[in-house]
Amino acid sequence: MTSTATRQRPSTREAPPTVTPGRRRLRPYILSLPAVLVVIGILYPFVLGAYYSILDYTASNPDPHIVWFANYRSVLSDPQFWTSVRVTAVFAIVATALETVLGVAIALLLNRASRVGSVFEKVLILPLMIAPVIAGVVWKLMFNPQFGVLNHIFRLGSFDWLSKDTALWSSILVDAWIYTPFVAILVLAGMRSLPKEPFEASAVDGASWFYMFRRLMLPMMWPYILVAVIFRFMDCLKEFDLIYVLTAGGPGLATRTLQIGAYEDSITFQNFSRGSTYMFLLWILVFITARYLVSVLGKAQRRAAGAEE
Amino acid sequence: MAKELMPGQRRLATGSILADVGLVAWFAFALFPILWMVLLSLKSDAEQTSTYFRFTPTLGNFSTVLSQRGTDLTSVDFKTAIVTSVINCGGAVLVSLLIGIPAAYAAGRWKFKGSDDLMFNMLSFRFAPELMVIIPLFVIYNQIGLFDTKVGMVWVLQLVTLPLVVWILRSYFQDMPEDLEQAALLDGYTRRRAFAMVALPLVRPGIAAAALLAFIFAWNNYVFPLILTDTNASTVTVAITKYLGGGGQAYYNLTAAAALIGALPPLILALSIQRYLVQGLSFGAVKS
Repeated sequence: MTSTATRQRPSTREAPPTVTPGRRRLRPYILSLPAVLVVIGILYPFVLGAYYSILDYTASNPDPHIVWFANYRSVLSDPQFWTSVRVTAVFAIVATALETVLGVAIALLLNRASRVGSVFEKVLILPLMIAPVIAGVVWKLMFNPQFGVLNHIFRLGSFDWLSKDTALWSSILVDAWIYTPFVAILVLAGMRSLPKEPFEASAVDGASWFYMFRRLMLPMMWPYILVAVIFRFMDCLKEFDLIYVLTAGGPGLATRTLQIGAYEDSITFQNFSRGSTYMFLLWILVFITARYLVSVLGKAQRRAAGAEE
Repeated sequence: MAKELMPGQRRLATGSILADVGLVAWFAFALFPILWMVLLSLKSDAEQTSTYFRFTPTLGNFSTVLSQRGTDLTSVDFKTAIVTSVINCGGAVLVSLLIGIPAAYAAGRWKFKGSDDLMFNMLSFRFAPELMVIIPLFVIYNQIGLFDTKVGMVWVLQLVTLPLVVWILRSYFQDMPEDLEQAALLDGYTRRRAFAMVALPLVRPGIAAAALLAFIFAWNNYVFPLILTDTNASTVTVAITKYLGGGGQAYYNLTAAAALIGALPPLILALSIQRYLVQGLSFGAVKS
């Protein structure tokens, strides 16, 4: 089939007028219509959620009234909410930073193309492909103070990995276990697409490895690193699966992120309005962060395009 | 960068040894939990709480997890959960392909009003906090009877699978030279036949990669079935966490066996599409 298709008639460029121009103009819309309907179908609950946040809708109050900003006032003056904001921010910032540094380091090491590296590269993505909730279950078994393998290996006695003081850091550790490979494979793909000449030239000039890394590679790599950072930071802000299975937000409020808080309010306590308020505030946070990070990315891309010339 | 960039032979030697040590350290950390999951899944009930690496391995846990006996012991029906997961995810991917391929083709082939809005909306689903949509859906599903149904799951999973399919395939259609289709049209093909006979076969690897990646993410999803299902449409990921459920006797070995079974399909699929992973995971932002 392809062979007949590639046989071109050189001079004529227009398609034969078998369909009317009107139909041709409509074609992309007809093709996209099912997808548009699904998008609308998904946007409907989203808008409904925003509407819930100005109601007093709970399972015990199925006939809700509009209360305007009462939910927002009560949520914003609730110290529990601000604890959730802090937990979410710490989790997102520390996990993203850790994963970025480790991911770039691993990408650099794998980019050297040593024999050890080529063996490992094949299995790099394994933690990333396992469901986060399964990773959570496995780590929870390993964290177990009495029967867990970690305390046995490191001779930590009955150290509690998921206590009030340690749970957040342990969750970040597991998050880094899952998602560092994500950063690494993106950055590695970027490194391999860089032009070779500038590096060869400065190697001839006798530049040190560190100089080349800082002056050449890092500026050209920024766009790739930033894409990875954007994906990780946005996903960390809404992290749920992993934390829910490790600690369910506890002990106390130690790991109660905004999504966990919204889950408790809306599903456990069936206060749909309060949960939606949480989610709408998180959505605003995500939206602002996304805008900011994407504008930073745009600048970095322009600068890198300049650096490569 | 490559080895020849390192100035000085001696530094090169120590440098590369250090680099290999660093790599080994990371991969020991990365692979140990998987190794431990495998080991724990092979331990007998008597040895499940031991943390030793030497034990008498048994495959009994896998048959227990998949049998009625396992359900009686732990009240988790894992076999049914696997079937449900396959139906939910397979259905969701199929629907996404049927809806997503035409939309991706339209967005990749023509510049039309609103196409960027559509694509951006799709992308925003990827980044929106899931509960923003699930809380209202939980209410709606309970009202219209979609709660705990496979149809309801296939619908909500579009949030995961459709953006992936559309974004990956759009970049494939964009990269495909339009001349090929034009030639087919000149040879008297209709637009529809030109699409089916020329464009579709050319993007087949893209479709396979998008479908498998979408399946992986649907399979790994936890929060949708957690909230929107109970027993009829509950999935593997939810079932696995139930093994940890408090109270009564704990079965760490069964938990590990179930976790391993649940982790295998994504791992196998991921290794088969490794070449396309970077592009898929970054929604086409990074190409390998």
